[in-house]
Amino acid sequence: MTSIGTGYDLSVSTYSPDGRVFQVEYAQKAVDNSGTAIGLRVKDGVVLAVEKIKHSRLLVPHSNRRIMTAGKHIGIASAGWMSDTRHLVKRVREESRSYTDVYKTKVPAHIIAERLAMYVQAYTLYSSVRPFGVSTLLACTDAKGPQLFMIEPSGYYVGYRGCAVGKGKQVAKTEIEKLDLDNMTVREAVKEAARIIYSAHDDTKDKLFELELSWVCKESNDLHVHVPQDVYDDAVQYAERSLDDDDDDNEMDDDEDL
Amino acid sequence: MPQLKPGEISMGTTIMAVQFDGGVVLGADSRTSSGTYVSNRVSDKLTKVHDRIYCCRSGSAADTQAVADVVKYHLALYTAQHGEEPTVKVAASLFQQICYDNKDNLMAGIIVAGWDKVDGASVYEIPLGGSIHKLPFTLAGSGSTFIYGYCDKLFRPDMTKDECIEFVKNSVSLAISRDGSSGGVIRVAAITEDGVERQVVHGNNLPQQFLG
Repeated sequence: MTSIGTGYDLSVSTYSPDGRVFQVEYAQKAVDNSGTAIGLRVKDGVVLAVEKIKHSRLLVPHSNRRIMTAGKHIGIASAGWMSDTRHLVKRVREESRSYTDVYKTKVPAHIIAERLAMYVQAYTLYSSVRPFGVSTLLACTDAKGPQLFMIEPSGYYVGYRGCAVGKGKQVAKTEIEKLDLDNMTVREAVKEAARIIYSAHDDTKDKLFELELSWVCKESNDLHVHVPQDVYDDAVQYAERSLDDDDDDNEMDDDEDL
Repeated sequence: MPQLKPGEISMGTTIMAVQFDGGVVLGADSRTSSGTYVSNRVSDKLTKVHDRIYCCRSGSAADTQAVADVVKYHLALYTAQHGEEPTVKVAASLFQQICYDNKDNLMAGIIVAGWDKVDGASVYEIPLGGSIHKLPFTLAGSGSTFIYGYCDKLFRPDMTKDECIEFVKNSVSLAISRDGSSGGVIRVAAITEDGVERQVVHGNNLPQQFLG
């Protein structure tokens, strides 16, 4: 499955004979090896959820957040290199601030998504730098309503109603496609997001993980915040119960075979 | 305090803008002077920066033209980038940023007024220092000092478009008759959702007033 671009993959400023830039594709692999992140845009807000894989039991819970806020109304969740993510979030904060300084209003979603995408794309032009190994999910509300964008390491960006990145993205995408996103509320979406992260999580590979959930919606006054503790607990319960139900269903099938 | 440079053209002026329900009316005289010489007696101080956003310029002619050109460029770019029309607030903010950041080198007193579908009609004043003030109506320029009392007494927030136009014509004409740096014709622009209507009132058609 891994394609090697022997000779044409040493620098991001080199095309291969079949028109590919291998360094950007390799950056995408860094994303695919990271913990799953999903975003759901529903009728009254956007929900972000991340499977934060913990390398050690000694890590303080809720530290090293993978979901970050920029400009108060923008939420950023990502898969890939966390150090690159922090750099991009810093950039989004600066761009958002500079927009407000000039235009005296909150930056709209499609503008900030484009600015981030242009920045990421700039790092795919020069051999002296490497592309960012991050796929960013950007959640934002503006006058047009709640919006969700994904920016890939190539700088390509597109708006989504639901999307997933990282290790469990195939499983997550299948689950997301089953949802009726346009008619859901954020409260329902939060529970579904938790359930999808739990089902995409592969227990055999990484035992310890922490679920991070955030939203930007009317209930949060159009600010991007981590969900309140009671909503979080509800969502985790719902997710764990759904997993147990799945396990129960599997056991039933085994009995019938006898 | 910025001064006009020797030989620089001033627009000792009377300019004003008035907000009504559904639009704004802008008014200005048309005299541009260089010392005592009137270099342009029919100048147009009402400058379009976007389809429904105009500005009135006073102070240095060169400075205000340059700033208005920059803002006009940025507003055109805004429409292309955002896919929607800029609001009057955005236009005024751009003027303010330029005027404040370059306050030592500019002499520009600007009124920004227009209509947009987010806030409706708005009038903003940006005086010399680069501060910004949102007001129901405002006056600026050397001639404005003579008509503050008149305008304060007569302005009502519930005027119709035609009443505003009359108000502006009367006010500017009174300023012209007392301020040596204001004169020529009265230019009026009425901006609403449907577009911009421009009028010119020549010397022989000025409103009646006691002339001694």
